[in-house]
Amino acid sequence: MAKRIDLKDVDIYYGAFHAVQNVNLTVIPRSVTAFIGPSGCGKSTVLRTLNRMHEEIAGARVEGEILLDGENIYDRGTDAVAVRRTIGMVFQMPNPFPTMSVRDNVVAGLKLQGVRDKKKLDEVAEASLRGANLWKEVKDRLDKPGGGLSGGQQQRLCIARAIAVQPDVLLMDEPCSALDPISTLAIEDLIADLKKQYTIVIVTHNMQQAARVSDQTGFFNLEATGKPGHLVEIDDTEKIFSNPTEQATEDYISGRFG
Amino acid sequence: MTTATGTDLDRPASEPPTRQIALGRRIKDHVATVLVSLAFLIAVVPLVWVLVTVIARGLPAILSADWWGYSLSGVLPEEYEGGVYHAIYGTLIQAFIATVIAVPVGILAAIYLVEYGRGPLARAVSFMVDILAGVPSIVAALFVFAAFISILGAPQSAFMVSLALVLLMLPVVIRNTEEMLRLVPDRLRESAYALGIPKWKTILRIVLPTALSGTVTGVMLAIARIMGETAPVLVLVGYARAINYDPFEGNMASLPLLMYSELSNPEAAGQYRIWGAALTLIIIIMIFQVGASLISRFSAIPK
Ligand SMILES: Nc1ncnc2c1ncn2[C@@H]1O[C@H](COP(=O)(O)OP(=O)(O)OP(=O)(O)O)[C@@H](O)[C@H]1O
Ligand SMILES: [Mg+2]
Repeated sequence: MAKRIDLKDVDIYYGAFHAVQNVNLTVIPRSVTAFIGPSGCGKSTVLRTLNRMHEEIAGARVEGEILLDGENIYDRGTDAVAVRRTIGMVFQMPNPFPTMSVRDNVVAGLKLQGVRDKKKLDEVAEASLRGANLWKEVKDRLDKPGGGLSGGQQQRLCIARAIAVQPDVLLMDEPCSALDPISTLAIEDLIADLKKQYTIVIVTHNMQQAARVSDQTGFFNLEATGKPGHLVEIDDTEKIFSNPTEQATEDYISGRFG
Repeated sequence: MTTATGTDLDRPASEPPTRQIALGRRIKDHVATVLVSLAFLIAVVPLVWVLVTVIARGLPAILSADWWGYSLSGVLPEEYEGGVYHAIYGTLIQAFIATVIAVPVGILAAIYLVEYGRGPLARAVSFMVDILAGVPSIVAALFVFAAFISILGAPQSAFMVSLALVLLMLPVVIRNTEEMLRLVPDRLRESAYALGIPKWKTILRIVLPTALSGTVTGVMLAIARIMGETAPVLVLVGYARAINYDPFEGNMASLPLLMYSELSNPEAAGQYRIWGAALTLIIIIMIFQVGASLISRFSAIPK
């Protein structure tokens, strides 16, 4: 199920602004790839091009190739909706659908894709909530509004919602930045669990987190504000954190940055 | 700590220098409070006056037995019998038809502007809405008269009134719905897209429900606004003293039109009916406004 993603000479623009320059990397299936780097270097931007979310912004465009198991997701014939069914996403701020109950939030994707079978929906809801490590906490309030959960629970609800549609790849943009240490640990455990099935790409500002959860780490940097960001290097997480090839990476992870 | 049981030790040795300043500030504060209260009173006096007058003079009429259930059919100008049933029906049906036309069109236009509109067409639509919002009701009425009655040869009817009301209602509905849709955060749309939900379904099932209570409230307020419009009924339909259920044919009363026609009644019963109709109109509009605020109170989405 898990899929591989290759980025070839990817350049990303917001209108005239060249945000990210010449990225080449490979996301390995059934593993966790972490993106780290200073604020504004384009980590979120790169992540959002992977499921064609980038193009939702007026004037935004992408050059180069992004291959999902060898197929360019930016091909003319490829439907963005189909791409997003394969590549799910969890955002920095938890954002359950405010009009829906906990259960409906989880199965929103399936329901809106046309699945009607109530029994199946209930099963998927339970399985996804268990998968997101949230079942025990919400099983008695499945019909309450999703917005009534705590921040950490909401974020796990969003993860449950993302895995309920069974994507092959899961993108996470700083999924723990609004959470307490305990919720953070719960989500890190979850990531370790999920990678048995999914390909995961995670953006994080937390070095320890990258070191804990990821198999390979990519370091992004930018020369100066207004200049495009670029990928400095990507390698096994262990190597990046112990013995990186580039001096800039070494400086960043050891806190001697800027 | 200075309490009732405080001793001399608790007191400062000398008057703090801030006392003086504090006094000046207190005076300013009082003056400002008085001024603001005065302004408030000046604003409220005419409102209360109008309301009290209308209630005092209109109450006997609306409490009379026939008021809500009978028309003025066969009632002589000097008689106090009959009611405004026919005019209430007219006001409601004209507003209803206008709503049925204006709300779908307005909501679709707002969806276009917020979700799809980019480039010159959207700017043109938006500009037209601004213009429409500034059109006085008499101009809207005359436009309908010119376009439908003079040129197309349609007869005067309640439906023509509704068309003019549509013109007045549209910009209100569009602007309000637009605002409500813009309040729905983009991240909700994005997380729906991220689940592989197509855009139109996202709008229909995620964005609209989230914006629904505000949109409905806005529609109710728009209805309340157009029900008191007088210019369209003066220009586009004749007055009838009897009930006419057919909005597409014949004369039809409405509360503003009834008031206007009773103005030319020299008898005391005319005055009596004018005030009664005024109070009735205020009550109906109030019902819509209270309904609007109830809807927004109870269907507001918990944060
Ligand atoms: N919607 C947008 N329109 C225009 N420019 C944007 C937009 N979003 C991001 N940018 C710009 O693109 C560059 C990269 O932004 P991005 O959000 O990818 O950074 P990031 O690495 O995720 O930063 P952070 O760690 O703070 O989240 C920045 O210079 C940013 O100002
Ligand atoms: Mg970011």
